[in-house]
Amino acid sequence: MTPTPRQVVVTGLGATTPLGGDVPSTWEGLLSGRSGARRLTEDWVEQLPVQIAAPLAVEPPLGRVEARTLDRSQQMALVAAREAWADAGSPEVDSERLAVCVASGIGGVLTLLHQHDVLREKGPRRVSPHVVPMLMPNGPASTVGLAFGAKAGVHAPVSACASGSEAIALALDIIRAGRADIVIAGGTEAAIAALPIAGFAQMQALSKRNDAPETASRPFDKGRDGFVLGEGAAVLVLESAEHAAARGARVLGTLAGAGISSDAYHVAATDPTGAGAARAVRAALRSASLEPTDVIHINAHATSTPIGDVAEGVGLRLALGDALDSIAVTSTKSMTGHLLGAAGALEAVVTLLSLRERVVPATRNLDALDDEIALDVVSIDNRELGTGAGLSNSFGFGGHDVCLAFTV
Amino acid sequence: MSQADILDGLAAILEEVAGVEPADVTADKTFIDDLDVDSLSMVEVVVAAEEKFGVKIPDEDVKTLKTVGDAVSYIQRAGVAA
Repeated sequence: MTPTPRQVVVTGLGATTPLGGDVPSTWEGLLSGRSGARRLTEDWVEQLPVQIAAPLAVEPPLGRVEARTLDRSQQMALVAAREAWADAGSPEVDSERLAVCVASGIGGVLTLLHQHDVLREKGPRRVSPHVVPMLMPNGPASTVGLAFGAKAGVHAPVSACASGSEAIALALDIIRAGRADIVIAGGTEAAIAALPIAGFAQMQALSKRNDAPETASRPFDKGRDGFVLGEGAAVLVLESAEHAAARGARVLGTLAGAGISSDAYHVAATDPTGAGAARAVRAALRSASLEPTDVIHINAHATSTPIGDVAEGVGLRLALGDALDSIAVTSTKSMTGHLLGAAGALEAVVTLLSLRERVVPATRNLDALDDEIALDVVSIDNRELGTGAGLSNSFGFGGHDVCLAFTV
Repeated sequence: MSQADILDGLAAILEEVAGVEPADVTADKTFIDDLDVDSLSMVEVVVAAEEKFGVKIPDEDVKTLKTVGDAVSYIQRAGVAA
């Protein structure tokens, strides 16, 4: 079959997450229902009201110089990008037709904090000359672009917890518009430190279940009390279908569409009407030429906050109507925690794998579905999937709503 | 301090900061073209050298240090002056 012009396919996946150092171990972790959350043991934790998080399962296996000149978010992006690139068969591509969209919600905050300590304790002469390229939010995209020689543009859309999804949506536009044949797209975040935890805790956004880290992330559950901060990176190799076909690439699935909207409601609070989320979902379906009844699976944003999870359910109902009743919904964050700017990228990977492997990893810690949430949430046991489209939602502080649509 | 000691000290810094093999660090090598030390890492090398050898290397002098040999001679002179 001749591929549709400018159809965008996925040819490689990479990730480093709280569940594993690569995609296979992360996927295995999700299927077996493991939690990546644990109690933190660093000295700075004692002062904090929240003492749990979901750190990387495997430290980035990079050399000393890379560790010295790259922020942790850049290191993780590089690990995920290398895996994705190898998974795509290390494509031969004209460098002027290769682009990068790798996002971060916060950027190099660990570097910023550490170097601020260096400045105060040892003076300006001891501040690393690498500090600016390490803390800039486009640093990870630049690192990946340099590693693969991308000359068709390097982008880092910043939209808080929707950043990873927005990067993938931007990559779709770039390939559809003919500006590149391959885009390395995804997100990365490394923000497990006292200041970000204290800040999110002050917003009442984090779970305070310090004594039960593995059951603290409880999306859709009546007892949920906030998200668990995670870290990690995920990357997809997106490619025009013609380019993939011409090089005989293995195609994992299709990025069929993407929808982006904004709430114009509040800088951080979720719009309880779900209107913005619904607009993003509808836009994704239009972009993918899909109907609500084509959708069989939704990987929800579902961070485990009291208001956010309800609003997402309301938004999905607005967008999908009765079709929602036969859609299997899950939350990856019940196991990985919330990877902020990497969350959408990781969940895009998981959505695609769910469609491809025809199984939805169950949402963990869902003991009693919130009465205000009318969703068919996959819980307790993983569920087999039929054939159809899958959606992945991501929302971010700032009122960002992004929905990605995949088919296999 | 002897030139050989300074060379060894610089090699250790270059290995730490820029991953340069100590065996590659010889007087005739240029930092940027031969040892692939970029301008940012060169700043780290200079700061580490100041600390290790107890000398001051002003920014305007750093530009004159093209080769490892230039740096060894500079540090030796600066050390004597100090």
